[in-house]
Amino acid sequence: MFADLAQLTISGLATGAIYALAAMGFTLLWQTSSTINFAQGEFVMVPAFIMLGFLGIGMPLIFAFALTLAASALIFGVGFKRAVVDPMIRHGVLPLAIAAMALSLALQQGVKLVFGAEARSVPDILPDGVTRIVGVAVSYRDVGVLVISFVLILGLQLFLARTLTGRAMQASAQNPDGARVLGINVDRMILYTFLANAALASIAALLVTPIYLAKFDLGGPLGLKAFCAAIIGGFNQMHGALAGGLLIGVIENLTGAYFAPQYKDAAALVLFVIVILFKPEGLFGRREERRV
Amino acid sequence: MAKTTRREALGILGGAAAVGLARPAIAQQPQTVKFVNVVELSGAGVTSGTNWRDGIELAVRELNAAGGILGRRIEVQHLDTASNPGQARALVTRAIDQDPYILFGPVFSGSVMVSMAVAQEARMPQFTGGEATAITAQGNPYIFRTSFSQVQAMPKVAAYLKDQVRAQSVSIIWVNNDFGKGGRDAIMAELQRRGVRVAIDVSTEQNQVDFSSAVLRAKNANADALFVYLNEDESARILREIRRQGYDKPIIGETVLPSQQVIELAGDAANGIRGHVGLTVNAPIPAIQDFSRRFQAAFNRISDHNGIKGFFAVHVVNAVTKRLGRFDRQAFAEAMKNIRITTADAPGVLMDVSYDDKGNLDRDSFLVEVRNGRQEVVAVLPPIGRS
Amino acid sequence: MRTALRIAALVAILAALIVAPQYLRNYGIYLLSLWSLFAIAAMGLNLTLGYAGQMSLAQAAFLGIGAYAVALLVKAGVPFWVGVPLATLVAFAVGLLLGFPALRVQHHYLAFATLGFNVLVYLAIRNEDWLTGGSMGIGQVMGFAGMPRPSIFGYSLRRGIDFYYLCLAMLCLSTLLVWLLLRSPWGRAFAALRDNPVRAESLAIDIRAYTLLAFAIGAGLAGFAGAFYAPLVQLFDPSPFGLLESLSLLLMVVVGGSGRFWGPHIGAALVLLLPHWLQALLPAWLGPPDQWYLFVFGIAVLVLLTWCPGGLLAIPDRLRARAQ
Repeated sequence: MFADLAQLTISGLATGAIYALAAMGFTLLWQTSSTINFAQGEFVMVPAFIMLGFLGIGMPLIFAFALTLAASALIFGVGFKRAVVDPMIRHGVLPLAIAAMALSLALQQGVKLVFGAEARSVPDILPDGVTRIVGVAVSYRDVGVLVISFVLILGLQLFLARTLTGRAMQASAQNPDGARVLGINVDRMILYTFLANAALASIAALLVTPIYLAKFDLGGPLGLKAFCAAIIGGFNQMHGALAGGLLIGVIENLTGAYFAPQYKDAAALVLFVIVILFKPEGLFGRREERRV
Repeated sequence: MAKTTRREALGILGGAAAVGLARPAIAQQPQTVKFVNVVELSGAGVTSGTNWRDGIELAVRELNAAGGILGRRIEVQHLDTASNPGQARALVTRAIDQDPYILFGPVFSGSVMVSMAVAQEARMPQFTGGEATAITAQGNPYIFRTSFSQVQAMPKVAAYLKDQVRAQSVSIIWVNNDFGKGGRDAIMAELQRRGVRVAIDVSTEQNQVDFSSAVLRAKNANADALFVYLNEDESARILREIRRQGYDKPIIGETVLPSQQVIELAGDAANGIRGHVGLTVNAPIPAIQDFSRRFQAAFNRISDHNGIKGFFAVHVVNAVTKRLGRFDRQAFAEAMKNIRITTADAPGVLMDVSYDDKGNLDRDSFLVEVRNGRQEVVAVLPPIGRS
Repeated sequence: MRTALRIAALVAILAALIVAPQYLRNYGIYLLSLWSLFAIAAMGLNLTLGYAGQMSLAQAAFLGIGAYAVALLVKAGVPFWVGVPLATLVAFAVGLLLGFPALRVQHHYLAFATLGFNVLVYLAIRNEDWLTGGSMGIGQVMGFAGMPRPSIFGYSLRRGIDFYYLCLAMLCLSTLLVWLLLRSPWGRAFAALRDNPVRAESLAIDIRAYTLLAFAIGAGLAGFAGAFYAPLVQLFDPSPFGLLESLSLLLMVVVGGSGRFWGPHIGAALVLLLPHWLQALLPAWLGPPDQWYLFVFGIAVLVLLTWCPGGLLAIPDRLRARAQ
């Protein structure tokens, strides 16, 4: 009984850590540029295929990943900001969110055109083995995903809180006009968050595709989960995204095992709706002012 | 044909402004024969759909290279249902507007179920890849299968579980969509009929990634064997999870689980699974292995059972049309009743096959086991009619 | 003069819509019928979103509620023409309930809550197959022919073209009703609510009642469209009522021009017809159009929105602004 619970929790945490990685990017973009990025799942999916492309021409995994990181920063960092977000940002949240949806459709279909519609397996950087701790099967891969996610999120938080650039980024997000008065290049700071998002998404791709499999439509379900995680945790808090992701992963597993597997997907959403109704700033978020 | 659809589209958009352009042109060029294939080229059914399409493409290319059907070149158009039944129904309407000789697809049973009435009304013969029992249970004289139905396949699986695996209880994990639900209902009935207890029956989601709770439930049910009925990607994921949790009872599947696509995606985790498949490129039949080589040369990957199904369907059309000596849909549908086609007569059908009067087919099938990352045929089962 | 021109244009378009089926085959007629119904549902969303400013991402769920409600009522022996108002009422009532969260949360949070609601409705329709037929479709509980097409005054609307005229008539009816609604004091109250809720409150507009109503009327229109969607497609499963379809309805409203009266009509035409149009028109040298059309469609919407975020109907303003 205990072993089962532990087993479910550990698997759930590992799955949740992946949701969290994608959710963090959501949070970043929302904070700095009011972008509800409905293409977030595709920002994970496309780098996976870029990497497969580099691997396909015989490149070692580490180089392939480095190049993927660069390409993704260019496309989903600089490109996305300049071509989509900048022209639309002053027209409000909605058109931009819809444009992101259109982008996600185009990205999915583009990948399908180039790479075909079938799932592909992706080499794993994490060791493939299982250890037993008091009857619970713990895979090295799950532990690896958890550790990497924690390190990334912690590192990002430290960067935002302790470095000058990080603080400037936060200031730009919270009070762009004030930041400008202080001589901060707000546009540049926003660009940094887009770059950070692109990097996080690429790392998520590296971690998830060995399990999810690289497929043109993997972004949809992943994006939705990440989105829920971001909301549950609090749309304006980095560690909120982490907590939200982990929570979803665990709750889904417990629902699947002990309640009703056919409503496994509903579990996160019920929590999501409850959070929105009763604590819309998220479990760990700060309250936003209601503007008139 | 492309020209007609273009005109039609203009008509829709331009309304009265395009009056002169929009009149439908029905005349078909005499030296070609048209096929339309409505199938899942994106969404959940994409693996099945692309294989099915490529099987059709290969058959059409080869037949065209050999002079077509009765001297007419085959033209084939593929339409994507996006694995959405509503879209499938709309596209079948569109396909019929183009007045093809034969309609192919869809593969997903839900899409077939909602769209077949449209083809029936137009008296259009339709070759489907769907396996749901209900497809041929409605008295539609124009629908023809390319594989076993779930009620034909599951007795073989259930008998295998009872007699060879010697399981007295079985856990079932299935995917909660039209495909999985149909298979789950069929196997439950067959197991109960044979007195095999279903220890637990676990539903999972399309696109599910974390299968730890499903596997844990199955494991704790402590049955003698596990029957897994999921789509390709999910099958691969669950096999990894099953291995991770150290499950050591026999794992049995039907067609998808022991398929090549799943084996490639799951890697080592697929070793040891067993199951029943209606069609496989690993069958010990030279014609099928030769098909597999040609398919691989053309599309750079190994065909799954759906590739064989698409290829087979075109060759059934070819064989029956040749027997008739003319292109006549009504006569075609009638000729399909209780027909028997042998490979001596039509090599392209790959295996001797017979149809009943409802559109169900019967032929040999295979028991397979996955060893060292390869699907191996361990036994050939005779057709149901003779077993 | 301008009004006269507008009326003339409207009459011309309506006339085109009436004669168009003469020149179309079954699929074209089906698409036009589908357009009529989605335009109704999108009008409902435009009312909720564009006029009252309440973000809703659950419009497809209401379409589904209407479709399943009318099908189950007909199955239970209720005549179709009684079923339609009942189904509309069911959607209206559920919409009213969904409006309550809108009293608590605003803007994007509201959108997220309704998004969650949509997925829950979808899962419930799929899982409770004793009632709905689940993923195998309504045929499981209604028989293989599915939802029958209705008759009107003894005249059967079984043929696609006749049913299209019914859909078109319903679109005209809904359009007229919405136009009247927007001209009424209610309509002005909706706009006041969107533009400045605090000021609206100070003008003694009961914000709570109007917020709920904005939701309920929008949902009711979707339910109404759903009640005709069921006999149009006859057999259906839960997939047309999922989150993706809600997003697609939102796309229709935004692409057409949110808060503009004809936005939903134009947006629905673009979103439903353009992909099919592209499939036919993309040049062959690009490769098989069935593989390209959605990619081109996505890019087209992206370009349109980045260039003109107000949607298609904002293009004239945009051009005028550029000219000056």
